[in-house]
Amino acid sequence: MSEYRLEMRGVCKSFPGVKALDHAQLCLHPGKVHALMGENGAGKSTLMKCMFGIYSMDEGEIIYEGQKVTIKDPLEALKMGIAMVHQELQPIPARTIGENIFLGRYPMKKFLGFIPVVDHEKMYADTAELLKKVRMDFDPKQMLGELSVSQMQSVEIAKAVSANCKVLILDEPTSSLTSNEVEALFRIIEDLKADGVAIVYISHKMDEILRISDEVTIMRDGQYIGTWDCAGLTTDFIISKMVGRELTNLYPERHNVPGDVVFEVENFTSINPKSFRNVNFQLRKGEILGVGGLVGAQRTELMEGLFGIRSHTTGTIKYQGKELTISRPKDAIDQGVAMLTEDRRATGILGVLSIADNISVASLKKYLDFGVMINDKKVEELVQENVKKMNIKTPSSKTQIQSLSGGNQQKVLIGRWLANNPDVLILDEPTRGIDVGAKYEIYCIIEELARAGKSIIMISSEMAELIGMSDRIMVMCDGRVTGFIDGKDATQENIMELATQFEKV
Amino acid sequence: MKTQTSIPQKIWAVIKGNPIVIMLAVLSLVVGCTIDKFFSLDNLNNLMCNTTVRFLIALGVSGCLITKGTDLSAGRQAALAATLTGVMVQRADYASRMFSWMPEMNMWVVLLIVLALGAIIGTITGVIVSYLNVPPFIATLGIQTIVYGINLIYTNAQPIGGFTDSFKAFFNWKFLPIGDFKGFNGYILFALLFGLLFWFMYNKTTHGKYIYAIGGNENAAEVSGVNVRSRKTLIYMTAGVMYAFAGFLMTGKSGGASASMGVSYELEAIAGCTIGGVSTTGGIGTVGGILIGVLVFELLKIILQFVGADPNFNYIVQGLVVITAVAMDIRKYVAKK
Repeated sequence: MSEYRLEMRGVCKSFPGVKALDHAQLCLHPGKVHALMGENGAGKSTLMKCMFGIYSMDEGEIIYEGQKVTIKDPLEALKMGIAMVHQELQPIPARTIGENIFLGRYPMKKFLGFIPVVDHEKMYADTAELLKKVRMDFDPKQMLGELSVSQMQSVEIAKAVSANCKVLILDEPTSSLTSNEVEALFRIIEDLKADGVAIVYISHKMDEILRISDEVTIMRDGQYIGTWDCAGLTTDFIISKMVGRELTNLYPERHNVPGDVVFEVENFTSINPKSFRNVNFQLRKGEILGVGGLVGAQRTELMEGLFGIRSHTTGTIKYQGKELTISRPKDAIDQGVAMLTEDRRATGILGVLSIADNISVASLKKYLDFGVMINDKKVEELVQENVKKMNIKTPSSKTQIQSLSGGNQQKVLIGRWLANNPDVLILDEPTRGIDVGAKYEIYCIIEELARAGKSIIMISSEMAELIGMSDRIMVMCDGRVTGFIDGKDATQENIMELATQFEKV
Repeated sequence: MKTQTSIPQKIWAVIKGNPIVIMLAVLSLVVGCTIDKFFSLDNLNNLMCNTTVRFLIALGVSGCLITKGTDLSAGRQAALAATLTGVMVQRADYASRMFSWMPEMNMWVVLLIVLALGAIIGTITGVIVSYLNVPPFIATLGIQTIVYGINLIYTNAQPIGGFTDSFKAFFNWKFLPIGDFKGFNGYILFALLFGLLFWFMYNKTTHGKYIYAIGGNENAAEVSGVNVRSRKTLIYMTAGVMYAFAGFLMTGKSGGASASMGVSYELEAIAGCTIGGVSTTGGIGTVGGILIGVLVFELLKIILQFVGADPNFNYIVQGLVVITAVAMDIRKYVAKK
């Protein structure tokens, strides 16, 4: 037997256009908490999904209790004793706690000696037992939907425990918990450690990592950087290892000159108490304002709030001193604000429609003859102009947008917004899932727009991109703006520091 | 490199893309060659008259379908419009006139009243769907039974007849008489008129583009500044108007009206749209396709009638055709993944 409960070595995984994992590795001791760290997109979740059988590896091996294994799907992983509590929980709210825990493997009994039926008594008795184990005393027959997020998480952990797991993956388990709930979670983790479970703990919160974990593995750009014993590690050391990438000239030279303040946001607060609150910032004409932060910092939510996709309770938005009233995207568009949303598939492309339809949908009123009839020639001109300006690669303007590559889809969507000639352009992760060449082209477009006097807000989770493209960087953490850094002074370290300033409760 | 497609390959592609249409074309050729009078102008007129009513309803429901909704109240709404039309165009001296206090009305005024009522019912449906967030399937199911109830109550479930001469004359007007053939019924021109109107709306107006955008991706459409709720309400309102117009024609065409008319017309219309390529996953559909889809159904009925099949077989055959068509439509998307 090797000293490890589970080893992953030389793991490679590619998605179209991206190498997500490049010889990553991870070795877990039984009875220890192993923190897995890295920036957004470093490949932590991908690696875990490979371990849990959600993704298949292109290369590499998994050695479990000294045996080389292949894990085809999550069911197999569970049978082997590997369990995962996902970042986004996927419970069935309208069923009981017991049914959620035993979903798919209900205890059975024979009714009248031959008809197999679910043994509810045993199920709920077992559930009560399990809940005791994770220090929760709920009624097993309570509907899951009546629990808070943290309580649901405990149920998820109970589910993992019920599978007699030997390896437990916790993916950002504390991102939606209060400090009391975090303490409760840590107690459960200590119990599991004592039982000899190997725990993978993914989190961005340094103080938690340093407190709870025994070992740390750091990843960067899908590669394995190293593993250290936690004792004696400092936050600074971990950050430097996480971000220590060399910056090459991946960004265009910027010639835009920020002018007067044109766009002001004051005391902007979400209706959701866990989301953005008391946000204040200003934006200058011709400025590129980067917005940095970790996953869950509520950057997207803030921008969607400004654009009218989400609701806010208090706060004002002003453009050139005039207050804007925005309660839905249409209002924002009519008042000169545009937003390229984060999730191209969910809120961007109209998949089955043509390039022409996609590019013109937000500005159709500009191409009308006699006030009613769309002039197809004008739309075609718009398409051709954008195809030329942004180098969009498409067979024709009638091609369905879903058949284009991510980069070209993104250019079409940028074209959709530029057609309205907005004053303020919000770009949420404009280069996500786009290959390097197209990224550079999109950076050039952004720079050109700023030079033409547009005010640009760019959310990005890539540190290098933030530093390379922004005149100023606004950093958020947990719904609050924690600081501004001038583009020239920005370093990955000082951004990361602001991004991890969690409120002490 | 361009791939060369030979003419046989192209033909094969067309056949593969429209198997049901091809099958029907072959079938009608066979029937036409074996049975007398199948290929006659009378039969053609008959086909077109039947198609007209269904086509108008299908146009109405197509907007709902393209935006991933549906409308199960179409047939009952048309029936309500039909009885209303009937009541208002009854002769003043007709013995069993339903509302004897009513003045004899000009049929065009009647049409306007009926259309306005259709618009109101459609708007109510639209509001329920888009502002109360009731799934279209449920909302329109509710409207369907409510409308049917209203129709039964106020007509006492009695048939309505005794229409004014001008109303009857309008529906008996024919054009293009050739030899023995007395000409085509004038009202089939409404199919042409509304077909063109809908084509214009779907292809040339912002409203049409927004309908496809909502069907393509509702969230993205909203983010792009489309007021999805009011657009959807407008779609259901338009649909209501179309059903009302169809109801008006139903009364004129059959010379009588009753609350039991129009049963399951919505299902025929939805089926016709689907066969005509209106995608059940939203965002796709053309007026030409809808017309073909509806024609396929009516042709199928006439063929069954000509080969002397029990009319009740219609239902079985139609059901099979719909399931086959939708299964193939879905398969197109499954294959792409």
